[in-house]
Amino acid sequence: MAEKKHKLLEVKGLTMDFGGLRAVDSVSLEVHEGEIAALIGPNGAGKTTFFNCVTGIYNPTKGDILLHPKGLETRRLNGLKPNKVTEMGLARTFQNIRLFSDMTVLENVMIGRHCRTKSGIFRSIVRGKAVLEEEQFIVESSYQLLEKVGLEDFANEFSKNLPYGAQRRLEIARAMATDPFLLLLDEPAAGMNPQETSDLDQLICKISTEEQIAILLIEHDMKLVMNISNPIYVMEYGKKIAEGSPQEIKDNPKVIEAYLGEEVDA
Amino acid sequence: MLQDFKKSILVSIWFVFLTFPLMVVRVNTMDQVVIWRWMNLVWVAIGSFILSYLWRYMLSRKQARTKVAEEGGDTRTKLQLLLEDMNFRYKAMGVILVLILIFPLVFDTYQSTIMISALIYVVLGLGLNISVGLAGLLDLGYVAFFGVGAYTYALLNHHFDLGFWITLPIGGVLGCLLGVVLGFPILRLRGDYLAIVTLGFGMIFKVVMENWDALSFGPSGIANIDRPSFFGMDLSLANSTIYIYYIMIAMVIFTILITNRLKNSRIGRAWIALREDEIACVAMGIDMAKTKLSAYALGAFWAGMVGVLFASKTTFINPASFTFMESAIILSIVVLGGMGSILGVILGAFILILLPEYMRAFSEYRMLAFGAAMVLMMIFRPQGIISNLRQTYEYKGTKEKTDNG
Ligand SMILES: Nc1ncnc2c1ncn2[C@@H]1O[C@H](COP(=O)(O)OP(=O)(O)OP(=O)(O)O)[C@@H](O)[C@H]1O
Ligand SMILES: [Mg+2]
Repeated sequence: MAEKKHKLLEVKGLTMDFGGLRAVDSVSLEVHEGEIAALIGPNGAGKTTFFNCVTGIYNPTKGDILLHPKGLETRRLNGLKPNKVTEMGLARTFQNIRLFSDMTVLENVMIGRHCRTKSGIFRSIVRGKAVLEEEQFIVESSYQLLEKVGLEDFANEFSKNLPYGAQRRLEIARAMATDPFLLLLDEPAAGMNPQETSDLDQLICKISTEEQIAILLIEHDMKLVMNISNPIYVMEYGKKIAEGSPQEIKDNPKVIEAYLGEEVDA
Repeated sequence: MLQDFKKSILVSIWFVFLTFPLMVVRVNTMDQVVIWRWMNLVWVAIGSFILSYLWRYMLSRKQARTKVAEEGGDTRTKLQLLLEDMNFRYKAMGVILVLILIFPLVFDTYQSTIMISALIYVVLGLGLNISVGLAGLLDLGYVAFFGVGAYTYALLNHHFDLGFWITLPIGGVLGCLLGVVLGFPILRLRGDYLAIVTLGFGMIFKVVMENWDALSFGPSGIANIDRPSFFGMDLSLANSTIYIYYIMIAMVIFTILITNRLKNSRIGRAWIALREDEIACVAMGIDMAKTKLSAYALGAFWAGMVGVLFASKTTFINPASFTFMESAIILSIVVLGGMGSILGVILGAFILILLPEYMRAFSEYRMLAFGAAMVLMMIFRPQGIISNLRQTYEYKGTKEKTDNG
């Protein structure tokens, strides 16, 4: 990594307490332009909590979350509402799928477009030309996103009727509909079979290269992580215990210990 | 099937046994004789058999449907398929419109009055449908907005002699404002808590109106409210009823038009998303406060407007018209009709308002039947009469595939 890449997200000393439990303990992390970074760690390490802090669902106890959009001034995300964070260009998916189950697949994606469009109540009632055009734009662009993730055939199904793997891809499409420059994926491969996982692998690479969206992903599937991501950050008990390239992580004794348990190296 | 049959017979025998001492044996203590009413036994047996069989039949049908749904099949009923057919929809709408328009000319004033009150509930249902059905914000105090509209007209008419048509929008706007004001403190509440707080708001409105004599004339209410004037003319009672009927029809059409547009707009989708999953909704960039407040305000708007009409129709209002019972009925209309479905809410309003009206003979059992109907509905068709018609869109796509579906 010789050339200097633009830093998009910079998290410094992020700490999150739940009562007496310190779920995230001064974790620092950076995501640069064009990167697919990964955040890994055993169950309960605090990865999802970290995401929730960054995306405004929790207000962190300590630390700074700085977003450096290209060509715009730096913004501190601490304490911002989730919708403001999303408006700034940082979108996410959820570990426990949170689709709008009684809406169609296409409508789910159209919701993502909400923050990039603007027809208000009165204009929606009058339904003038501008509103109709915007509406058509929302439909078309959402459909194109469905094509990108390969769900166009399901466009008019209720999202609750989709198979599991498709639901995860729909979450990605919905997040992409908010026009992010950084996408946070929380265990996108969870519950997928090997075929679906390798498709997802390609989809994530495609999003990164074709759409120029940087990605930070949480994942337990080591094969997927080692294949596509660099750098990798490792968390355990709320603390960051390692960071580096896939090779460095594989050889790091602390990581091996965290994953295999202490008794192994004794 | 046979299984159901056998079980129903068992149930029937069991019921006969249970009710035997009550329904069959009767001891006449005066004459010291026992009267055996064997006919009752037969009725109990037949009645419980039929009910039990029907119950089982409905349950098995429901199970079959969920099974089909799990296998990804098409669970839409014939009615739903018919409703999704645009051609049929337009024809049906035309016929209904004609029927509605000639109604007051064919039937008498009494019938028209009943119809007007049903139509009032249609508008109330459609309004509440915005906050409860679309945005998923349970509101047990909705009648307060209705009351605000009614009192707005009553007071403005009493003190300043303002007419119906000027007050109509004022009532709507005041309802709207109250919706926003009440919406603020409950933005963070959900589910049960929201229900209880809104219930409280409804109660507070009634109590205030009962006790603030200086403003509202207390429990004795306000009388002699003007009926809507027809280009400055005063109409006879019969003509005035017909006139109000047509105003009400216009209002219902206006409400349907606007709520339908809202429902299928960017704002409407945001409401539905909020109902489906609040966290995902804000994470997708939707401003929760704005969305919730707009749902409350727009829901309240209709109640305020129709409240004005209510006051002008009855020419007398007092706090007793705005009890929790009203809120409960409006909510039942939305739930029975199908949350979020405009057609469902209209049907629900007609069923819940007209049926009791025409079954006055059984008026003692009205509330009982009402409760039983709601319970049965929740068991067999929890999604309401009309459930969630799915919205489809026209799109071209970039690939060589132009048909949608
Ligand atoms: N809202 C909350 N209140 C209290 N404790 C919480 C809350 N959310 C998470 N925790 C706790 O914080 C710790 C970290 O949880 P988190 O969900 O972030 O782990 P994770 O790394 O995402 O695990 P997994 O791999 O299983 O998804 C856990 O001990 C969890 O119980
Ligand atoms: Mg997690």
